[in-house]
Amino acid sequence: MHLNSIKHLRRRQLISASIRGTVLFFTVLTLLPLVYILIYIIKQGIGAINWSFFTQLPRPVGETGGGIANALVGSLIIVGLATLLAIPIGIFSALYLSEHPQGRLAGMIRFCVEVLTGIPSIVVGIVAYDWLVKPMGSFSAFSGSVALSIMMLPIMIRSAEETLKRFPTHLREASLALGVPYYKTILQVLLPCSLSGVLSGIILSVARIVGETAPLLFTAFGNPYLSFHIFHPMHSLPLLIYNYAISPYDSWHQLAWGAALVLLCWILLLNILTRMIIRKWSVRY
Amino acid sequence: MPEPLLTHTSDKQLSSASSSAEASRSDSRSRRLASRISHAERKDQLFRQALLIAGLIVLCLVIAIFLTLIVGSIPSFRATGIHFFWGKVWDPVTEVFGALPFLAGTLLTSFLALFISLPFSLSIAIFLGEYFPPGKGKNYIAGVIREAVELIAGIPSVIYGFWGLFVLVPLVRQLEMKWNVLPYGVGILTASLILALMIIPYAASLGREIINMVPAELKEAAYSLGATRWEVIRHVVLPYARTGIFAGILLSLGRALGETMAVTMVIGNTSVLPKNIFSPGNTLASVIANEFTEAASKVYLSALIELGLVLFLVTTIIHLIGKRIIKQFST
Amino acid sequence: MERPILEVKHFHAWFGTHEVVKDVNLTLHRNEVIAVMGPSGCGKTTFLRCINRMHELTPEARTEGQILLEGEDIYRMSPIMLRLRVGMVFQRPNPFPHMTIYENVLAGYLLNNIKLSRSDKDAIVEDALRKAALWEEVKNNLKKKGTFLSGGQQQRLCIARAIAMKPDLLLLDEPTSALDPISTAGIEELLQELKKNYTLIIVTHNMQQAARVSDETAFFYMGELVEFAPTRQLFTAPKDQRTQNYITGRFS
Repeated sequence: MHLNSIKHLRRRQLISASIRGTVLFFTVLTLLPLVYILIYIIKQGIGAINWSFFTQLPRPVGETGGGIANALVGSLIIVGLATLLAIPIGIFSALYLSEHPQGRLAGMIRFCVEVLTGIPSIVVGIVAYDWLVKPMGSFSAFSGSVALSIMMLPIMIRSAEETLKRFPTHLREASLALGVPYYKTILQVLLPCSLSGVLSGIILSVARIVGETAPLLFTAFGNPYLSFHIFHPMHSLPLLIYNYAISPYDSWHQLAWGAALVLLCWILLLNILTRMIIRKWSVRY
Repeated sequence: MPEPLLTHTSDKQLSSASSSAEASRSDSRSRRLASRISHAERKDQLFRQALLIAGLIVLCLVIAIFLTLIVGSIPSFRATGIHFFWGKVWDPVTEVFGALPFLAGTLLTSFLALFISLPFSLSIAIFLGEYFPPGKGKNYIAGVIREAVELIAGIPSVIYGFWGLFVLVPLVRQLEMKWNVLPYGVGILTASLILALMIIPYAASLGREIINMVPAELKEAAYSLGATRWEVIRHVVLPYARTGIFAGILLSLGRALGETMAVTMVIGNTSVLPKNIFSPGNTLASVIANEFTEAASKVYLSALIELGLVLFLVTTIIHLIGKRIIKQFST
Repeated sequence: MERPILEVKHFHAWFGTHEVVKDVNLTLHRNEVIAVMGPSGCGKTTFLRCINRMHELTPEARTEGQILLEGEDIYRMSPIMLRLRVGMVFQRPNPFPHMTIYENVLAGYLLNNIKLSRSDKDAIVEDALRKAALWEEVKNNLKKKGTFLSGGQQQRLCIARAIAMKPDLLLLDEPTSALDPISTAGIEELLQELKKNYTLIIVTHNMQQAARVSDETAFFYMGELVEFAPTRQLFTAPKDQRTQNYITGRFS
């Protein structure tokens, strides 16, 4: 009886160890293609990066050289505008939700935020087209920004609400007991104490939409020239990557790899920025 | 010392004996104070309203999105009716619109991707959630792997598609040549593969969080009974996390259904019912991405919008069910 | 005879349908320390929070009856105005974590955008911190954040913050229950100093503390004000049997 169970035990331990090895193996196996993708992009992209890459416009088909200046500027403008549109609605509705932890309306709004989280990006593009491109009669950076801001809202609201909810009641009461009006208590005590969380939520939502292509396909549409006009079509990095990737021209493929690398670096920087903000600006209570 | 904000009680007794100038100054002070306070109360009102309005905007946004899709689909629905959903032919030239090719393409690619990715996502989830959970500081490598997974999860879809077009497609083409199939390179299989690669980081971090949520007391009870590591995982962790993992699968499915760019770039863009996994095809998302800007007629555009409505409803329902299950699981 | 600083007339308070404060009648005079004591759940904290209308912050809160601050009905004035005249110190020290010690003392002014000259601000800060017996310990560290102080120091900072507003009345809700015995003794000493310039109402669950610090004591039981008398008299010759039972420890 004794010997039997010892033999069993060894077998069981062997199985456990081999499972652990299998899991490790599968993990590494999975990560290999993913890391390979990353390395591939970096390798292809580095070759395309030089000064004229950033400052020049794309050349017509057949000519070599050229750059992504219009797409880079366009991305900055479209994303910047989208952020400006999303922040007031996002932060204020997050404030509403954190101030009303119960309440039927708050529950319905939270449900809507959940719906927005799951909405496919192409559907957002359809809606923005219907609301802005059709009535305005032309594609525009503005409609692209509206589409992107719709995608930013759920991330911003969810992250901000989480942070704001953690603000302790007794600090709020300390402010109110000093005769400070409600709105000042929120804006000058609650928000500053929650700033790191709210700010990082905003930056994360930017990182999420910086690479989105589908919502821009029929809103911002793209533009071969450098444009600052938000009510005209505008180019952007993801649109450039898409258009050039599916084209048959090698020089365009090169540009697209460079643009892909730039895009990845942008996203990486935003993520690092988020970490730094959380580390440096967190208020302990 | 500065003037007191409000006349202090002891000051009041003194001020009755002081000059009228003093009295009128304290009067104007209290008037200023009173008006300041009524301003503050009005601003409080406005502020509360502003918060409410922001919340209502979010509410109306979702309702408006839903209504826009429905209204936009009406011309197509009037033209084709219910047959839309099992129509096998999608021909914009003759204005015959059937959604079956895309429903098939979407379901095939998504489920195949889910199927392919499952063992890998689960491995990473168990690896990071059970063997090397965060905070234990056990392993530097595990931390690096976790960071890498988060980073890779942030790679945009269009870049995956780009890579897929230049690396995966030639690979699949070679495979097809070896198996004596028409070597398109693009097609349902390629799209499923790239979708699987995209789902894995997402599903892995979901799974890791879920597995982390298994209460330590349960595991400790099993260990104290002499169970090995694997036995604890198999008989305690996984069964407990079963509903959470199922919800994670649903959420990954929802994510896969809505994926547009990577799929569009490698699926072959053929609006025909796929014969097998090697044929090119289209999904709901990819056909919209490809044909929306070229849709000349009203019914054509409306048919695409109707596809968008179907996509919206399916992904939203799956997403909400998944989220609901996770919420119940974590309480 | 001076007007009493606080008059409470037939005051009731409810949370929803649950009546927590029943028909309280009370008159308080200036420059005294009044202790409000009783077993937990007796309504003493709720009563205190009604005086500066913080009770209203809870949904489903309702009150009836009058509270007059220096003859003015507190329910006829703006709650903001009321809270500028009545200061509060809470159970847990709660200096604002994003403000320095200097800014914390001035918080009532800063948050209300009341413009003061630099010299005025310095004067207020020094005066309030001296009165709170904290000046010597922090005068060289005014630019540090408030949360770096010890518990007792943080509580004195909160007291300084409250008295910087020169309130008519200062409410203290179990101010030492989160503190160690030495800090507690320091705060109790401070109260005796503060009553020279202010009137203080202190809620305490510790009847020895009530006996030590107060001039008059109010004993609450199950929402009712059972007895209100000069402290010595209440503790040596209580008029009500329930007071007697509480003091002798029949229930706590």
